[in-house]
Amino acid sequence: MRRITAASAASLLLLAGCGSSGDDSSAAAGSDDKIAVAASDTACEVAKSESGAGTVTFAISNKGDKVTEFYVYAAGDRVMGEVENIAPGLSRDLHVELTAGTYETACKPGMIGKGIRNGFTVTGSAAALTEDAKLAQATTDYQRYVKSQTGALIDKTTEFVAAVKAGDAAKAKALFPVSRTYWERIEPVAEIFGDLDPAIDGREDGLEPGQDFTGYHRLEKDLWQTEDISKSGPIADKLLVDVQKIVDQANSASLSPLQLANGAKELLDEVASGKITGEEDRYSHTDLWDFAANVEGSQAAIAALRPALEEKDPALVKTLDERFAAVEAALETHRSGDGWKLHDQLSQADLKVLSDNINALAEPISTVAGLVAGK
Amino acid sequence: MKRRRMIGMAGAGVGLAAAGGAFALSQGSGTVPVASSSGDAIPFYGVRQAGIVTPAQDRLHFVAFDVITKNRAELVTMLENWTAAAARMTAGLDAGTMGAVGGIPESPPDDTGEAIGLPASGLTLTIGFGPSLFTKFGLGKQRPVALEDLPHFPGDAIDATISGGDIGIQACAHDPQVAVHAIRNLARMGMGVVSVRWSQLGFGRTSSTSTSQATPRNLFGFKDGTANLKAEETALLDEHLWVRDGDGPSWMTGGSYLVTRKIRMIVETWDRTSLGEQEAIVGRTKGSGAPLGSSGEFDEPDFSAMSGNIPTIPVDAHVRLAHPTQNQGARLLRRGYNFVDGSDGLGRLNAGLFFIAYQRDPRRGFIPVQTALARRDSMNEYIRHISSGIFACPPGLEAADDFWGRKLFT
Ligand SMILES: [Cu+2]
Repeated sequence: MRRITAASAASLLLLAGCGSSGDDSSAAAGSDDKIAVAASDTACEVAKSESGAGTVTFAISNKGDKVTEFYVYAAGDRVMGEVENIAPGLSRDLHVELTAGTYETACKPGMIGKGIRNGFTVTGSAAALTEDAKLAQATTDYQRYVKSQTGALIDKTTEFVAAVKAGDAAKAKALFPVSRTYWERIEPVAEIFGDLDPAIDGREDGLEPGQDFTGYHRLEKDLWQTEDISKSGPIADKLLVDVQKIVDQANSASLSPLQLANGAKELLDEVASGKITGEEDRYSHTDLWDFAANVEGSQAAIAALRPALEEKDPALVKTLDERFAAVEAALETHRSGDGWKLHDQLSQADLKVLSDNINALAEPISTVAGLVAGK
Repeated sequence: MKRRRMIGMAGAGVGLAAAGGAFALSQGSGTVPVASSSGDAIPFYGVRQAGIVTPAQDRLHFVAFDVITKNRAELVTMLENWTAAAARMTAGLDAGTMGAVGGIPESPPDDTGEAIGLPASGLTLTIGFGPSLFTKFGLGKQRPVALEDLPHFPGDAIDATISGGDIGIQACAHDPQVAVHAIRNLARMGMGVVSVRWSQLGFGRTSSTSTSQATPRNLFGFKDGTANLKAEETALLDEHLWVRDGDGPSWMTGGSYLVTRKIRMIVETWDRTSLGEQEAIVGRTKGSGAPLGSSGEFDEPDFSAMSGNIPTIPVDAHVRLAHPTQNQGARLLRRGYNFVDGSDGLGRLNAGLFFIAYQRDPRRGFIPVQTALARRDSMNEYIRHISSGIFACPPGLEAADDFWGRKLFT
C-alpha cells in the first residue's frame, strides 16, 4: 500500500501517455497472465490496475499475520468474484469474468470491514448506450417531460410578457417566478443551445462589452429595481421570441442518456452556486422558486433513468430517493402561500441547511453519469 | 498519473519523481522499482494516532464537522471510507482508488487532483470526537467525563460559529497544498453525512514536539514551545499525554484529548510595545528565548529571582503563569500554528495563533492553566480567544481491518 508497484506505475504512465483510457491497446486482452496480489495486514498491492475484458485471474498471496479475503467489486459494491479464508502464508487464485468498466479490488485482512481498495479498469469493446433498452426508454420518457414543460413555459412567458407590456407591474411581478419555474426545470436542455441561454437568462454582470442586457433578469430589474417598465416592451417581445426558439429546438433535439444524467447534476449545481447565494434573482429575491424548479427538473431526469439505475445500482437509487426527500422537506419549511419565502427572509443558518441538503444530494447524483456510461 | 508518487528524499522534489516515472516507462511492463523510500510518509497505522507526538510539520489545515445525518449506519460508512482515504493520502496516494485522472471520463474523479505529483509531505490526519456527537447519537455511556465543552474563561470572546463541532480533523503536512487536499477530499466524501462547521489554515508551527526540532517563533516574534512535552520524554507522555486504562471508557485508552483555541493577536499594538515590556510580558528574552535572569533557552526559570525589590520574572508574566510548577505540575503537548486570515477591514492583520494542545485530561491540563492565564496574564491586552474546541482522540489503528470510531459505533 505504501509503495507503488512498478508494473502499475508503468501501465499508468502509458495510460497518461495515450491521453485516454478508452483507446489503450496495451491492456492485456485475452492474455491469461495472472495478476499478482500481495496482501498484508495494512497493504494490498495489485500488480496491475487494468486489464482487457474477459476472464481475469488474480493470484493472491497473504503475507500478513491475519487471515484475509480478496474481492472484486463493481459499482455499488456488487461482488463480481471473491476468495475467502486465505490463511497467512497461503496463495489462492481468483478467476473472474469482467466486461468493460471500472471496478474495485479489495483485500480484507481479518476478514472484516471494507478492506483495502484499489481501482481496476477493464477496457474492450462494448455496446453503444442507446442499444440498452432501458436507457433508450429513459430518453423517450424524458423527451415527453421536456415537451410538457416547454408548453407551459411558452404559455406562462406569454402571460408575463403581456403583463409587462400592459404596464401591470403587480401582475408581472407575480408571474415572473412562475414563468421561470418551467425554464428552470429544463435549463440544462436550454443550455445546449448556447447562444440563446445568455439572451434569456443572462445577468447584468455576465455581459461582455457591446452585449445588451435582455431576458428575464433585465425585466426583473425593471420591475423591482428601476421600478419602471414603461420602456420594457421591446425587451419583453424579444424574450418571447427567444423562448419560442429554445422551445422549438428543445422539442426537435434528442438527448442522450448521458445528457440526462449530467443535466440532473447541473441543475443541482445551479442551486448550489446561484440560488443558495441569492445571486440569480438579486432584484426580486424569488430564488426559492428557481431552487424548487431546479430540484424538480433534476428529479424528473433521474426518474426517467430510474429503471436503468435500479438494475445497475439499487442502493444508489435508495440513497437518491432519501436525499431528494430531505431536500424537499428542508425546502418545505420555507413555503409561503402558493410560493416561497424571499431569499432575504432566510437566515444564514436556514441557507446552510439547504446547502447541506443540496450537497448531500448532488454528490451521489454526480456518480450517475459514470454509471450510465459504464454500460 | 493515477497515483501520486511517493519519494523519500526530502528536497529531491518532483523532478526526481518525474525521472523515476520516465525510467519505469522505458521499461515497459517490467518490474523495475521506482524510487520507493517512504521516509517522507508518516505511517498511518500504529498504536497511537500520528500527528500528536510525531514531529510537528510546518503547515496545518484543521476542520470541524457537524454530523447532519441521524442515520448511524451512514455515519459509520463514511468513517470507514474516510479511514481508507486517510490511509491512502498519508501514503502519498490519491484519496480514491481510481484517482484524479484514472477513472472514466463520464465520472467525477474520486480525487480532486491538486496533489498530483506531490509527495506524501509528512501528511498526518488525526481525528477526534466532540462532546456534541455523543448527545446526537445517544452515546452517553461512551462519553468520557473528561470530554466536556470548555468553560467560559474570563475575557473569552468566543464566536460559536467557529467553535465546537462533532468531529475534528487535524491535517498537518510540510506542504500546505497537501494538507488542504486531504481536508477537501474528506469534506467532499462526507457530503450528506457531515457538513463543515469551520476550518482553519495555519502556517509555521509554533512549537516543537521533538528534541530534534528547533523552537520556532510565534507572531509576537517570541520562541514558543520551549517547555513543551516532547516525543522523547516517554515517561512524561505516559503521565500527562496518553489516556490510561481506568481514566474513562476503554475506547479512549491510549488516546488523548485535543483542545483548540483560535487566539487573535493584536499585532499592531504589540509592535508598538517596547522590547523591554514585550520581554516582561512573556517572561523570556526575545532573542535566545532564555527565561529572564537566565542565559540559555532551556534553563529552568527562576521564579524567586529578584531584581531589586521586584521579581525578575514578573508575577503576571506569561511563562510564570503557564509554568507547571504554578499549575500542580500540569503539562501539555502543544502543536499550534500561526495564522493570518487576510486583514480585518480596519487595516489590521487578522492574525494570531491557532493553539492546539493534547493532554491526558483537560481538567488537569488546559483548563487550570488557561484559568490562571485568563485571570492574570499581562499578555491578555494583546490577544483575544475567539474560537474554542475540544475533541476526544482515540488511539491509533493497528491494521486495515480497523477504522476511525469503530469502538464507539459498533
Ligand atoms: Cu438559471
